[in-house]
Amino acid sequence: MSEWWTYSLRDLLLFSSRTYTRLFELHNQEWWPLPLFALALGAVLFALAWRGGERAGRALLLVLAACWLWVAWAWHAQRYAPINWAAEYFAWAWGVQAVLLGLVAWQGRFDAAPAAALRRGFGLFLVGAAWVIYPLLAPLLGRGWTPAELFGMAPDPTALATLGVLLTIKQRQAGGLFPIPAAVPPDQREATLWAMDAPEFWIAPLASLPCGPAFVLAYLPGCGDKPGTQCPPRVA
Amino acid sequence: MKPNSTRRRLLGALAAAPLLGPAAGLAQPTRPATRTIASSGEAIPLVGLGTWITFNVGNDRAARDASAEVMRAFFAAGGRLIDSSPMYGSAQEVIGYGLASLGRPADVFSADKVWISDGDRGRTQMDTSRRLWGVPRFDLMQVHNLLSWEVHLPTLFAMKAAGQLRYVGITTSHGRRHGDMERIMASQPIDFVQLTYNLVDREVEQRLLPLALERGIAVLVNRPFQQGALLDRLARRPLPAWAAEIDCTSWAQFALKFVISHPAVTCAIPATTRVDHVRENLAAAGRRMPDAAMRARMATFVAGRG
Ligand SMILES: NC(=O)c1ccc[n+]([C@@H]2O[C@H](COP(=O)([O-])OP(=O)(O)OC[C@H]3O[C@@H](n4cnc5c(N)ncnc54)[C@H](OP(=O)(O)O)[C@@H]3O)[C@@H](O)[C@H]2O)c1
Repeated sequence: MSEWWTYSLRDLLLFSSRTYTRLFELHNQEWWPLPLFALALGAVLFALAWRGGERAGRALLLVLAACWLWVAWAWHAQRYAPINWAAEYFAWAWGVQAVLLGLVAWQGRFDAAPAAALRRGFGLFLVGAAWVIYPLLAPLLGRGWTPAELFGMAPDPTALATLGVLLTIKQRQAGGLFPIPAAVPPDQREATLWAMDAPEFWIAPLASLPCGPAFVLAYLPGCGDKPGTQCPPRVA
Repeated sequence: MKPNSTRRRLLGALAAAPLLGPAAGLAQPTRPATRTIASSGEAIPLVGLGTWITFNVGNDRAARDASAEVMRAFFAAGGRLIDSSPMYGSAQEVIGYGLASLGRPADVFSADKVWISDGDRGRTQMDTSRRLWGVPRFDLMQVHNLLSWEVHLPTLFAMKAAGQLRYVGITTSHGRRHGDMERIMASQPIDFVQLTYNLVDREVEQRLLPLALERGIAVLVNRPFQQGALLDRLARRPLPAWAAEIDCTSWAQFALKFVISHPAVTCAIPATTRVDHVRENLAAAGRRMPDAAMRARMATFVAGRG
């Protein structure tokens, strides 16, 4: 359209917040008992992130790669695409991130030493929030448990946990893994809720907030990390 | 355009507006009044059904059934025209589901849109839309938001000539591109325009509605309730007692009667997810309609000056 700038967010809405909530409900129902497995996987993710080190780092990225691939297909391509034609593009972006995570898990060089306290602490907080706090939002908003958004099943907590994990590990190529998950919370859905004045509209900016500090911690040399720490040379 | 003669026609039509209510094709008190499409003389009910957001419910079976119930109530109340677009996610498929579960009502007047920049892909998109609806052909095909109208209009005219659709139109909303709309209305042999008109968004009264009357172009009105925002604001005030003079029992009917009593308007297309609302909306097209003086009173009241 030649006059995109004349459109407000409200004009571009495609679905109601009720329809969006129903998607999560149907997703959890139709894949039951996978949501239970996803909750357990969240615990494993948190434990691995807590433990740190190279092996845990590789395992974390592998788990995340699998989750991103799963969300790309089961959520974006299958569940979300019928109500949002842009979901097809989201599915591709999630697939690309899955491949990147897999590549780094397989080929990347990790530092056995833990990340600096601030960076690691913030990372663990994000992983914990994605695992425990996100699923609580639906019941807290009075919608019951059925539409709970779970790490590994729903896009937002999966992206948030990924940001957290990337902060807890020290990995040279991790910088390239940040942009896609950081772009997820402010995605069209959040904007949609914002535009619809849905009761949870405040989650959009709140969920996007960690992206700023995460970026700073991830990209600024020495920021939140011990200056001069080196990754070990890659073992062929 | 000859502004003076247009103004005379408009004023004449406005003065005659109250007659258009019960007299214009109202077979029985419960049926909606109709208005004729100037290019063909065919009459359609003054209230139709929009589907943006409300019908985009995806594969949710329960929500699809609820949409089908809205359609059932719509047809039962005498409604005919349903409007959709490939832009509205699963709405077309949900309409198709509703039509199939209602046994394909013969009365449906199908209005859809072509919404793609590439002119070569317009026909494919329209064919996909047609299959989603499950109709043999569309009654009305509109160029959505004037997107690539230069390439789509010749295709639509050719399809109309070949009997693959019955009417050709263009749409806009939210007051955008009225200048372009006016130029197309003045130069192209279109049957319909679709635009935004309601108690507060009234810019189209200046040029587009008079031009539609003059050129014999039927007018579909989108966003009659400002996507619900107008009704939310009005709900804070009680309906004035004099609304009973035009048989309004709710703000929704008040807002709709204002829109459809404009003589240039052929059909307003409010969207709803609710059976009671669709009945209420269709009922607004019956019984007494506001005349020009009453219309002015309604607008003044809503603007807070009445
Ligand atoms: N460019 C374009 O071509 C274009 C642009 C915009 C719109 N359109 C078309 O025009 C249609 C109508 O516009 P719209 O959907 O934007 O907005 P609208 O019809 O002005 O408003 C729809 C809202 O009004 C509420 N509503 C309907 N009937 C009601 C009643 N009797 N009482 C109380 N609330 C009522 C509905 O909520 P409930 O579900 O609770 O009833 C819905 O949220 C669209 O669906 C679409 O088909 C076309």
